[in-house]
Amino acid sequence: MKIIISNSSPDPIYEQVTRQIKGQIISGDLKEGDPLPSIRKLAQDLQISVITTKRAYEELHKEGFVDAVEGKGSFVAMQNKELLREKKMKLVEEKMIEAVEEARLLGITLAELREMLTLLFKERD
Amino acid sequence: MTNAIEIKGLRKEYKGFTLEDVTFDVPQGYIMGLIGPNGAGKTTIIKLLMNLIRRDAGEVRVFGLDNLRHEPEVKARIGFVYDVPRFHDDVKLAVIASAVAPFYKKWDDALFRRLMEEFELPAKTTFKKLSHGQKMKFSLALALAHDADLILMDEPTAGLDPVFRFELLERLRAIIQNERKTVLFSSHITTDLERVADHITFINEGRIVFSAAKDEVLETWGVVKAGPDVLRPTDVPGSRGAKRTDYGIEILTSDLARARAELGGRAVYDKATLEDIMFYISRGNGHA
Repeated sequence: MKIIISNSSPDPIYEQVTRQIKGQIISGDLKEGDPLPSIRKLAQDLQISVITTKRAYEELHKEGFVDAVEGKGSFVAMQNKELLREKKMKLVEEKMIEAVEEARLLGITLAELREMLTLLFKERD
Repeated sequence: MTNAIEIKGLRKEYKGFTLEDVTFDVPQGYIMGLIGPNGAGKTTIIKLLMNLIRRDAGEVRVFGLDNLRHEPEVKARIGFVYDVPRFHDDVKLAVIASAVAPFYKKWDDALFRRLMEEFELPAKTTFKKLSHGQKMKFSLALALAHDADLILMDEPTAGLDPVFRFELLERLRAIIQNERKTVLFSSHITTDLERVADHITFINEGRIVFSAAKDEVLETWGVVKAGPDVLRPTDVPGSRGAKRTDYGIEILTSDLARARAELGGRAVYDKATLEDIMFYISRGNGHA
């Protein structure tokens, strides 16, 4: 598992943790049943508050990415294929919202943005 | 959540300084940072916890026990590290340890020797030959070796170089890997607390300003910045302190989201660091 915490990011730290773990579950780097480090261990390793990792795990649990087993810890939950795709779509959507907001701030029009996206998409084909 | 410490209505009066109405809890299994400018009352609170000075009013419970009525039991479970550890100068560390050990039922000699090795402390050296950082570590090793459930430290990082400070903070995180253990430490070095504390209690001029989860504080507080004559501190919801210059005004708020919603484009909004909070609050509203 790979997690990088940025102190200069505008996102709260718990969100950075959830996003990265989620990403690795969706990409398949973390697989069903894989154990996650304990809340306290992760906090120590990342040098962040126990409350932060606790909140991150709670979010993952709420969204169905992680199962908490009493006395044993947290594990990557069984992922429904369709649900997974939906989650991935949602992730793409979130990134696009970000791009749209940035574009708005800069006064980029929809047509210009569409053009940029088309170019980028083709470039990576 | 169980609390390791519960403090209610604590009061201590000195000539020219009064600690007043101090109420907060320290949840078990976490690191609580006691933060505030010099002279705010941090050391007074810690001394009252340890019953080193007499309180004028209020109540302190440690692990549910009154700290005066059950003083021996309470103290057996506390590892107290002074800001300047003091032991006999010409005595070897191993000898100091064997003098301290009989006072604690749960003294673990093997653990103590392991910690001495880990902290790279030579047992055969005399106390006076240690650097300030080494004295701090030695003092912490003593506290840990009697399996204290509550580690209480007064300004442990003051006067330590960054490498030592970092090591010490890492050590504090390691302590609470065991969720029965609790750490309370005071500091005026806000970055230390930003790094390791789970909860923050902020004290200023003898009174508690807030006691909350660190993440919550860092997410809700902020600094509102605007040009000169655009905003007064009273215009900003949750205003807690301000700084004026010729070029503008900066106002600390305890509710950044509301300030942003109400003031919109009239200002610029930044998150507040603990240092910001300490600076603006100790400065007060407006008189710049």
